[in-house]
Amino acid sequence: MLAVGRAGAFRVLSLAAPGVPAAFRPGTFVVASPGDDRLAARAWWIHRVDPASAFGPTIEVVVDPGSPSGAWFADLAVGTRIALTGPLGRPFTLPRQPVAALLVGEGHAVAPLLALAERLRARECPVTLLVGARDEKHLLAVREARRLVRQVVVVTEDGSVGHRGVVADHVGSLLASSSAGVLYTAGRPDAVRAVASIAASSDVPSQVALEVPMPCGTGLCHGCVVAVVGDDAVPRQVRACTEGPVLPGHRIDWEALP
Amino acid sequence: MSAPGLGALRLDHPVMVASGCGGTGRELAPFVDLDGLGFVTRTLTRHPHPGGAMPRVVESPSGLLHAVGLHNPGLEVFLAEELPWLVRAGARVVVSFCASTLGEYAELTHLLASAPGLVGVEVNLSSPDADGVGAFDAREPFHAASAVAAVRRELPADLALLVKVRPDPVRVVETARAVRDAGAGAVVVGGALAAAMPDGRPAGLSGPAVRPVATAAVRTLVRTAPEIPVVACGGITTSEHVRDYLAAGAVAVQVGTGLLHDPTLITRLVHDLEETS
Repeated sequence: MLAVGRAGAFRVLSLAAPGVPAAFRPGTFVVASPGDDRLAARAWWIHRVDPASAFGPTIEVVVDPGSPSGAWFADLAVGTRIALTGPLGRPFTLPRQPVAALLVGEGHAVAPLLALAERLRARECPVTLLVGARDEKHLLAVREARRLVRQVVVVTEDGSVGHRGVVADHVGSLLASSSAGVLYTAGRPDAVRAVASIAASSDVPSQVALEVPMPCGTGLCHGCVVAVVGDDAVPRQVRACTEGPVLPGHRIDWEALP
Repeated sequence: MSAPGLGALRLDHPVMVASGCGGTGRELAPFVDLDGLGFVTRTLTRHPHPGGAMPRVVESPSGLLHAVGLHNPGLEVFLAEELPWLVRAGARVVVSFCASTLGEYAELTHLLASAPGLVGVEVNLSSPDADGVGAFDAREPFHAASAVAAVRRELPADLALLVKVRPDPVRVVETARAVRDAGAGAVVVGGALAAAMPDGRPAGLSGPAVRPVATAAVRTLVRTAPEIPVVACGGITTSEHVRDYLAAGAVAVQVGTGLLHDPTLITRLVHDLEETS
């Protein structure tokens, strides 16, 4: 643990993580467990990487100290060594052709989208980012995003910044105005479900990075299964940590998710 | 090494992957060299099992509660799609399986008898929720012995026949004796304690929390029936734990829950054991 920075209500943790930046793709994550008596892994989106910082290869993860495991992680002292495993999971798929992309995230789930925006921009895809939060304190990475993407739209539930409401209120109109050929989103099933279904009804393919509890993160425990429908229309179960966390939105059986 | 009771299952070191914690092998491969590693598969059944409801794995102090519900693709799919890869990777593959009737035990063993590259089987009689997953009820030693006898009749003599029994220090000896008499080469003592999820569903409790219980079961069995080879399983996270089980008389150990916490654990254990042996 190298440093703990503040980003409104969140903490941005910088960690020396040799080997991780080289293999990082946006949408992948790392896992860590609080200790010998608490064995289940906690998964964290990799927010940004720096393969050659002054401390060697480093990664940043965004932590919400308001959540139980986030509090444990955010309270670690600088200098603490923790066992991290990663990068894990299947990343966002990038388009082969330059197409307009709409990226949608709420709260800390914006974390994996910034690096994604960078890579899309490198492929000459015009990027629109829709960022939502409860209030101003829970907005993440808006300032960095403004430097990075063509358009940033901010929505807060209390109306303190940008539009009042939730991201789902704006997905439809932004898909149309940005002529997006693909939608990317990340978050808990209840948060991304509406976003993915709006994309589906607009006939825009979506890539959904699901945030579900992953007891091991490596695919060994079969404890994070998600019901999907295959190309052959046969229902199947996949592991969020291994076949996901990024899944095509139209494949997810939302009814079966908690 | 060729440990007593393990037959064709020749081990380069005494640490094996326990059933249900090594995935298909592919997930573990980035973290541990499968070549020469004793690898017990997740428990396979005659037909595919979709597994239980979520949440399936939750933490409990120093342990994990699991109600995965034998999630598996069925034995035939495993033999076609997973076994060849494991064998190619050099793993010493032991198929864990369970059945709902004695006839099905015979049928599954018949399928396994000719599986290329297989070195052994592990009959899973330790499921903490046998009724819930529709498994043959082997709580009584007589029934456990019947299941093992059905397997023994169909299994080629050179394949290892392991039988996993519950880590019950009070009744482990009678069950172990019964399955040994029915043809088991070795008894795996460990696996989960019967437990309940926070919402009350039947579950298994595994991990460091159960190690003292598994240790008691291993010690009792070795003391009372020293002629039965014992593989110890339960809560191993350090090489010290491996040595403790071996010192208690186990011929080998299996590591399960620890891999979910740290997938590199076996690599570390083997390294530590070599350093200090």
